[in-house]
Amino acid sequence: MYVAVKGGEAAIANAHRLMADRRRGDRAVPALTLEQITGQLSLAVDRVMAEGSLHDPDLAAMAVRQARGDLIEAIFLLRAYRTTLPRFGHARPIDTGAMRLERRVSATFKDIPGGQLLGPTFDYTHRLIDPAMAGDEPVEEGLRRQREADAAAPRVTDILDDQGLIEPDVFSDDEPADLTREPTEYPVGRDLRLQALARGDEGFLLALGYSTQRGYGRTHPFVGEIRIGTVDIEVEVPELGFAITIGSVRVTECQMVSQFKGSADTPPRFTRGYGLVFGQSERKAMAMSLVDRALRADEFDEQRLAPAQDEEFVLEHCDNVMATGFVEHLKLPHYVDFQAELDLLRTLRAEQEQATADDHDTLSEAAE
Amino acid sequence: MSSQPILSVRNLERRYGAFIGCTDISFDVWPGEVVAIVGESGSGKTTLLNCISGRMERSAGTVCYRMRDGRFPDLGDLSEAERRFLARTDWGFVHQNPADGLRMRVSAGANVGERLMAVGERHYGNIRRTATDWLERVEIAAARIDDQPVAFSGGMRQRLQIARNLVTHPRLIFMDEPTGGLDVSVQARVLDLLRMLVADLGLAVVIVTHDLAVARLLSQRMIVMKSGRIVEQGLTDRVLDDPRHPYTQLLVASIPES
Amino acid sequence: MTRAHALPAYNFAYLDEQTKRMIRRVILKAIAIPGYQVPFASREMPMPYGWGTGGVQVTAAVLGPHDVLKVIDQGADDTTNAVSIRAFFAQVAGVATTTKTTQATIIQTRHRLPETPLQAGQTVVYQVPIPEPLRFLEPRETETRVMHGLEEYGLIHVKLYEDIAQHGHIATTYAYPVKVEGRYVMDPSPIPKFDNPKMHRSPALQLFGSGREKRIYALPPFTDVVSLDFEDHPFQVQTFKAHCALCDAGGVYLDEVVTDDHGGRMFVCSDTDYCETRRTEGHRGTGLPSDREDAGREDAR
Repeated sequence: MYVAVKGGEAAIANAHRLMADRRRGDRAVPALTLEQITGQLSLAVDRVMAEGSLHDPDLAAMAVRQARGDLIEAIFLLRAYRTTLPRFGHARPIDTGAMRLERRVSATFKDIPGGQLLGPTFDYTHRLIDPAMAGDEPVEEGLRRQREADAAAPRVTDILDDQGLIEPDVFSDDEPADLTREPTEYPVGRDLRLQALARGDEGFLLALGYSTQRGYGRTHPFVGEIRIGTVDIEVEVPELGFAITIGSVRVTECQMVSQFKGSADTPPRFTRGYGLVFGQSERKAMAMSLVDRALRADEFDEQRLAPAQDEEFVLEHCDNVMATGFVEHLKLPHYVDFQAELDLLRTLRAEQEQATADDHDTLSEAAE
Repeated sequence: MSSQPILSVRNLERRYGAFIGCTDISFDVWPGEVVAIVGESGSGKTTLLNCISGRMERSAGTVCYRMRDGRFPDLGDLSEAERRFLARTDWGFVHQNPADGLRMRVSAGANVGERLMAVGERHYGNIRRTATDWLERVEIAAARIDDQPVAFSGGMRQRLQIARNLVTHPRLIFMDEPTGGLDVSVQARVLDLLRMLVADLGLAVVIVTHDLAVARLLSQRMIVMKSGRIVEQGLTDRVLDDPRHPYTQLLVASIPES
Repeated sequence: MTRAHALPAYNFAYLDEQTKRMIRRVILKAIAIPGYQVPFASREMPMPYGWGTGGVQVTAAVLGPHDVLKVIDQGADDTTNAVSIRAFFAQVAGVATTTKTTQATIIQTRHRLPETPLQAGQTVVYQVPIPEPLRFLEPRETETRVMHGLEEYGLIHVKLYEDIAQHGHIATTYAYPVKVEGRYVMDPSPIPKFDNPKMHRSPALQLFGSGREKRIYALPPFTDVVSLDFEDHPFQVQTFKAHCALCDAGGVYLDEVVTDDHGGRMFVCSDTDYCETRRTEGHRGTGLPSDREDAGREDAR
């Protein structure tokens, strides 16, 4: 006897109840607090803010917890909230030259004004699982060096620029493009590309950046500088006529000094790839800067052959919220379409069977 | 031959920044005439072909084309829609690499039929008949009509590309080293076929080649280019038998007598 | 310790009024150019891309407090995603919902059109995954937009030609491309081609939304919608030999239901409202036991 299964509201409600139960886990274990997540899983929170394109550590921590640690799901939660927020305007360009540095390394110069600063990094740790992580042993305070008030740490690219050795940074006060407010029409400007990359999936950009290193769109990159630290956010208030600081955020910036170019009018100089993300994420900032440079192929009359140089390909596929939605939608029912295919397949098979049978008849006639 | 040119190029120039692709180019093509543009690689002949076929923007000069209705507009004054329509009806473009001019993963029949469908043919049987007819004209067995070009040899692919271009009865064909990628043994057959079709159909052709033998076999007139400029032009036989410019003399001397 | 986070408050039908106005302007443009895909600044929605974000945004933009909303997926009102979207609008807009095609003013759908003919005054909102009918022939948006602009549609016939050459039939069974008012080639969304003729000169307004691809397009009432074909291989819809096992309907789209693991199967209406209405009217299929009313549609659990 056939009994139709109804999806039904009850099934959905029960599924969500079970999911909430699993999320909470053993009730004898205390629930995670937001402080624990922002404090001890801070790089997860940073990634969610970066790709969720909303700087709010508490909300990001809530999203991480709600998503049971599934970071793409957490990014999705943050994005869906972000979209409902009114847009007041745009900040002035942040001045990363005036960053309060926590980490700063350059691969191009051994000694730079302001010095190299390793900061809180996984680099040079031996990747041995630390038994201390199973418990809660006391941890020493980090050492801090007092910085002299006037200790300037100019950006390495500015130093190169002063000598004309790298393409200049062109200052612009134009309102930047916003792909969340306007439909994208190709080709797009670099501002929109950078926005898309900053929101883009770390893994996808990492793979693309890696591919440029392996020859699929080489850019001859050198890490001019990576700096991590906090910068002030300033907003121009028309009524006041000057900018006021509304807060500060931690960002990671990567300036990739890349393949030099020249033309009849300009002597050869290095070109730039740029990466900037919320929080501490060198991997993302570096990958972004590689892909940014690869995407500038047209500007420098380079042949566009590799995936990382293909603007439409990169921008249309770097968003993990879109990608996960569309991949996962395959689990929604498709029985109507499948029925249509099944029907056609059966027809084609029947026709082929008939044709084979006819051939067979002809053959046996010929044999008679 | 008609008394009016089908294509007229005047003072054409194409620059890449400070670098000159080609400059000071003027010539005419008459209906039914084959003009060969020869020169070594880097002489600007492919740049010139791309400019006059509307595949590349020019920096200066005019390129006028005689439409079927007698108008003689500069191609730059046509809308993109008109240019693209011309390109898929009245013109053909035969690429050196057939993969650039064919849909490699679409059957031979559909490759030939595409232009017909693009201009509104909506009868499957008719499209198939016409495609079969054209495959035979370029000496491809009708039985291969449902095979994809990936399964074809280089010579067959090139002949298929030619058929795909000719199915709408164009009046002007551009060819970029059409036999350049083929084995010598295969070249002769494709050249013979081209010569026959061009004569049968009364096509005007602008062909770019570095191979003077190809120019002699196909063309009535020749344009010799060096460093982006025309150094000599005239009837093919005259240029090859009595070259006047030292560069042409050098070119002609460098090929063995046949 | 708890943190005081102001819980978000949402506008009627979730989207803010500015966004709705933007979407309505896009819809008006789409109606003015039937079949043309109008780009719009699709918002991130609280459901995943590919799960109806385009349809939901269109519905949110046209929904008023007095509308009656029906949501179907695969023709059914009770599939999980239809239930979820209906619940979403019931929550954020507080509108009345229905499963009755005849009572709905707005019908959001995925993959089907109802069997009951649509009426003037109704609006159908289609969820569209890939709005570009040329996408699988030409992956570049820059190129396909030029092709639409210049009406260069030879390529799509190449696809149909290849189908016939290979299979003897046009092998496209759903998302079957149509030409709108003799101008734009349009993707009807992945409805079975069975439903294509219902779009032609429908008295209802038909709106199509694709959130991920950021496109909206429309068919105003009574628009010509012609399925592409060849003169000697005309467009044909699917026909089913069977009748619905529950309501005995013929000439409707049927779902195949596998009833056991040795080849047993039956066919039932994919349009659940149509099927239930017929059974209330007393129609009975061969799959229903004669002694129990409606046992076939009870919950399985």
